[in-house]
Amino acid sequence: MDADRIARTLTRIAHEILERNAAPGDVHDLALVGIRTRGVPIAKRLAQLLRDIHGGDEVPTGALDITLYRDDLMRHAVGPQPVVRKTEIPFSIDDKRILLVDDVLYTGRTIRAALDALIDFGRPKAIQLVVLVDRGHRELPIKADYVGKNLPTSPSQSVQVHLVEVDGRDEVEIAG
Amino acid sequence: MKKDLLGIAELSSEEIYLILDTAEAMREIGQRPIKKVPTLRGKTVVNLFFEPSTRTRTSFEIAEKRLSADTLSIAVAASSVLKGETLVDTAMNIEAMSPDMIVVRHAASGACHLLSRICRSRIINAGDGMHEHPTQALLDAFTIREHKKRIDGLKVAIVGDLLHSRVLRSNVLLLTKLGAEVWVSGPRTLVPAGMERFGVRVSTSVEEAVADADVIMMLRIQQERMQGAFIPSLREYFTVFGMTAERVARAKPDAIIMHPGPMNRGVEIASEVADGPYSVILEQVANGVAVRMAVLYLLAGGPEGE
Repeated sequence: MDADRIARTLTRIAHEILERNAAPGDVHDLALVGIRTRGVPIAKRLAQLLRDIHGGDEVPTGALDITLYRDDLMRHAVGPQPVVRKTEIPFSIDDKRILLVDDVLYTGRTIRAALDALIDFGRPKAIQLVVLVDRGHRELPIKADYVGKNLPTSPSQSVQVHLVEVDGRDEVEIAG
Repeated sequence: MKKDLLGIAELSSEEIYLILDTAEAMREIGQRPIKKVPTLRGKTVVNLFFEPSTRTRTSFEIAEKRLSADTLSIAVAASSVLKGETLVDTAMNIEAMSPDMIVVRHAASGACHLLSRICRSRIINAGDGMHEHPTQALLDAFTIREHKKRIDGLKVAIVGDLLHSRVLRSNVLLLTKLGAEVWVSGPRTLVPAGMERFGVRVSTSVEEAVADADVIMMLRIQQERMQGAFIPSLREYFTVFGMTAERVARAKPDAIIMHPGPMNRGVEIASEVADGPYSVILEQVANGVAVRMAVLYLLAGGPEGE
């Protein structure tokens, strides 16, 4: 996927989000939470798109670091701990419809950790999952509500999402 | 990270920054409605305190619980140490019950290094005699960085009982490692010989030490460790070295005032300074939990290069 394709995909997802959630003129109970690292800039772009399309209030946007909730944390015999970064959810998620955003959906383990983390912040009315790429190979019963692109891959391949905010360019590529 | 946290001496500046950055993330957990993450689930942490402590022990216990570790604290006043058991025997018996980490405070300098050699569990030094108190220095650095956005190039004046202070040693090691200009001041009798070797400036004039300082760090007069007449009287000490508003006025206008606690009001610090606008003494306590969470988390991983 190139930059143009990513932009059009996110615009389509923004329309789908509004179609499914917003009563006309009303996005008040929506909120976006991006999973670090690359879910965060995608969530911010979606917030901007929702505003452009809908014209209403800004949808509150947060950033979630799931490191402390990982299921493989203490299982490695050797090696340093993964770096923990800040979780920033500067709004109450109680009774909100949360759009959880990540770049790639793969085993589902990150999303499991993110769901556990979100529940520690409150009790949202609903959580919906937005991903730019679904590459299959789920290990947990998790399914995305909005998918930018389904990319059939083999487990030996890796899917790299590059975003301007993090990597200086917009591109999705399959390696290996 | 190495297996244990014994002192600042064993840490590189990269490891210090890693701990401080991790603590930034940990602090947010304390502001959530549910102040707990599942990270250390199933890990057992024993807090073994051979010396009295309120702040440090509470801080470690809260940090451990926020990371979901199973934790218990042994206060020596109610333990078999009173029946004549040695430090090594006490530690070996605790080891036999397979804890993952042991947080140790002991009156003997080097007690943690000794345990580090004989224990499989990770050892965290919570203060050993007059040697080091690494988590205190780390939380001080965290607090300084939060206010000044950097540590490199700051002038830090440390005033008080330098001789008996493990907080001083850990802070001097850490601050000089990160490039701060450190001044220390106290009565001649309470200045350890050869302080200059640590790369600090020594002055018996508190006015000179605090001049244009960005940070003033007070140390408690540790009467419980003094067997002899180090100072003529507490009142005279306050007159010559006590941190008063007039002395604070010699520092930079935005200088912060720190104290590791417990404070002796009217001895090393005037109440108006301790409770004044630039005092960050209670912030230090709050930050201690986040810094200790960071240390516990980072030590729970595999050791590097083993």
